[in-house]
Amino acid sequence: MGKIEWAMWANEQALAAGLIYATGGIVGVAGQFRGWQFACFGIAAGVFVCLLEYPRSKRGKGTSVERTGQYCFTVCVKAFGPLTRNYYIRAFLHATLCVPGGFMLATVLGCVCLGIASLIYLTAAIHGEHWEPILPRREPPKRVGDSIKEPPQNPPPRPPPELRRKKADKLEAAAYDNPMSVTVSE
Amino acid sequence: MSNWIINHGLSAFILVVWMGINIFLFVYYYLFYDQGPQFEYTRELLGSALPWARAPAAVLNFNCMLILLPVCRNLLSLLRGSFICCGRTMRKQLDKNLTFHKLVAYMIALMTAVHTVAHLLNVEWYTNSFQGRYGPLPENLSMLDDSRELNTTYLNPIRSNSTTPTLFVFTTIAGLTGVVITLALILMITSSMEVIRRSYFEVFWYTHHLFIIFFAGLVFHGAGQQVTDPPHNNSFCEDQPENWGKIPECPIPQFAGGFPQTWMWVIGPMIIYLCERLLRFIRYMQPVSYRKIVIRPSKVLELQLVKPGFKMEVGQYVFLNCPAISQLEWHPFTMTSAPEEDFFSVHIRSVGDWTEKLIKMVENLPEGGQGPKMAVDGPFGTASEDVFDYEVSMLVGAGIGVTPFASILKSIWYKKLGATIYFYWLCRETYAFEWFADLLQVLEKETEERGMRDFLTYKLYLTGWDQSHVNHAMVHFDKDTDIITGLKQKTHYGRPNWDKEFEQVRQENPSSVVGTFLCGPQALAKDLEKKCVKYSDVDPRKTKFYFNKENF
Repeated sequence: MGKIEWAMWANEQALAAGLIYATGGIVGVAGQFRGWQFACFGIAAGVFVCLLEYPRSKRGKGTSVERTGQYCFTVCVKAFGPLTRNYYIRAFLHATLCVPGGFMLATVLGCVCLGIASLIYLTAAIHGEHWEPILPRREPPKRVGDSIKEPPQNPPPRPPPELRRKKADKLEAAAYDNPMSVTVSE
Repeated sequence: MSNWIINHGLSAFILVVWMGINIFLFVYYYLFYDQGPQFEYTRELLGSALPWARAPAAVLNFNCMLILLPVCRNLLSLLRGSFICCGRTMRKQLDKNLTFHKLVAYMIALMTAVHTVAHLLNVEWYTNSFQGRYGPLPENLSMLDDSRELNTTYLNPIRSNSTTPTLFVFTTIAGLTGVVITLALILMITSSMEVIRRSYFEVFWYTHHLFIIFFAGLVFHGAGQQVTDPPHNNSFCEDQPENWGKIPECPIPQFAGGFPQTWMWVIGPMIIYLCERLLRFIRYMQPVSYRKIVIRPSKVLELQLVKPGFKMEVGQYVFLNCPAISQLEWHPFTMTSAPEEDFFSVHIRSVGDWTEKLIKMVENLPEGGQGPKMAVDGPFGTASEDVFDYEVSMLVGAGIGVTPFASILKSIWYKKLGATIYFYWLCRETYAFEWFADLLQVLEKETEERGMRDFLTYKLYLTGWDQSHVNHAMVHFDKDTDIITGLKQKTHYGRPNWDKEFEQVRQENPSSVVGTFLCGPQALAKDLEKKCVKYSDVDPRKTKFYFNKENF
């Protein structure tokens, strides 16, 4: 829990609004209502809003929960840079998109919902929030633990070659025991 | 399969009954409006959009009646108390109240969508009928007007050529209330999405109060009495609309508005909910004093409070309101004291705005001073009350989720009970154990002294261990007491192996009914639920596990 990030609610509201806008538009077109052209626009605008709002923004504080399969949308939305990053632009965009919906009954609800989402985005923008993509973190290489040191880079120090091979008659002076007999070569 | 029935059977049954009622209402009212002769003329104008609008309306009436009931906490507590006779399975259902509330809400949303779409079509077709686009019969029907001298009533609510659907909707009670309450519903739903609710409870809570507008609008939604029904011989007269009023067989049909019914469905629950809120307000006015305030490590605050006339059971929770922090917010906290004590205590962890402010206020208090004014609503009962009903209980608490079980353990200590308890406490940080270290130490001593060792088995798990813990443990492994808690029972590192634990409980308690209680994260709940189903057996000679989860 923490201070509210208005953008999170605006995002949910806008996504719902997009769906309602599109549904109203579909009803208007399918029923061949008067003013069906506005309904067509409603479908297009609704779908566009859904695509724009589907990827959640990274939260300022706390863990962000992604929506299923949002990565490809994140990449697309990120590609527009400051246009999608800034919430003032988004608020303005939603406000303009919602206006044509008001001319026809089927899309009126979508219009009002999108308008409300626009207002919440405006609040978010005034509070200085912006959209941040959720990108997969590159995992830092697994740390085994502090006490386990790096594996040794060099082989262990060995006595000079003369002492390394066990001379059969000089067992005591040998540096170590060979488990298998080796040919003594001079 | 049979194990699933033991654990989930009654819930599934209730869902089936609820869904059955929904389907019945939908089909019944659909056929009523689709085939009822009195709606023949309306159907002329609207086609099947009429029944498609009225059927969801009936389902909506039913569900709007139901939606308020699962959140009447006092009512549920009352029911819980009165079900003592009817067994714990019934009472378990009352724990799933929030799940049911959400389910009913989804149904309301779905039916609202169908209802709205059907009415969009209706309004459009009414308008078209009026403008003569559908032929002579609909046009004549539309021309029928409300007129005292001619003794007629209107059928088509569109009364003029200049009415557009939008204008119609915003100038009628039904239309306007419909739009307003749908908007309220949408705002309520978007702000109650899990992400928002878990992160910004305040937004969810304040927006959810739009339900007041929702219900007000709902009651007046039918007041315009739009749907109408006529009585004359349709099949003969419909082919000759121009003769109506002129021949005796076909008098001009009279229409009357359908009486608005929604209020009959929702008035009961609305009154009950009003009583709930009133009760909360009355409790708010009652004085509460502080007995002791302790600030524990890991930003946990313990408050010991005294309220005259307050009685509690084990594992119950209360709602606290601190007007100095926020006038309107009530936050739930499980009580950590036992009923045998003359005070009640809560352990509050710093999680969000409200709790942080409270802790800060308390930290700035002078020594021995009284805390800020606090109002207490409750107590409300949850699953933990049932612990003593089971012969054997497994209590699993994760982190702060141990609080209900603290109450139970203390109560056992006071009651000197003979039930068999297995207690598992999972904690991420070592210093979090300190909260109840003194309680656990006392319990440990007591169980040894009274020879109750067989009755209370407890295991502590430190899930967030790292290398330094291992080092420390290695050095001190031969010490008698645990290095972290100072208890004789050694702390385990890592998460419990539930298969092993369940197997152990099963072996030690054949032919027993074991209640498993969890207060912790959802993932663990799923895990434990699966294990309960896996290790249960319908055979009465074998062990049966029942799963109970706290939810907030």
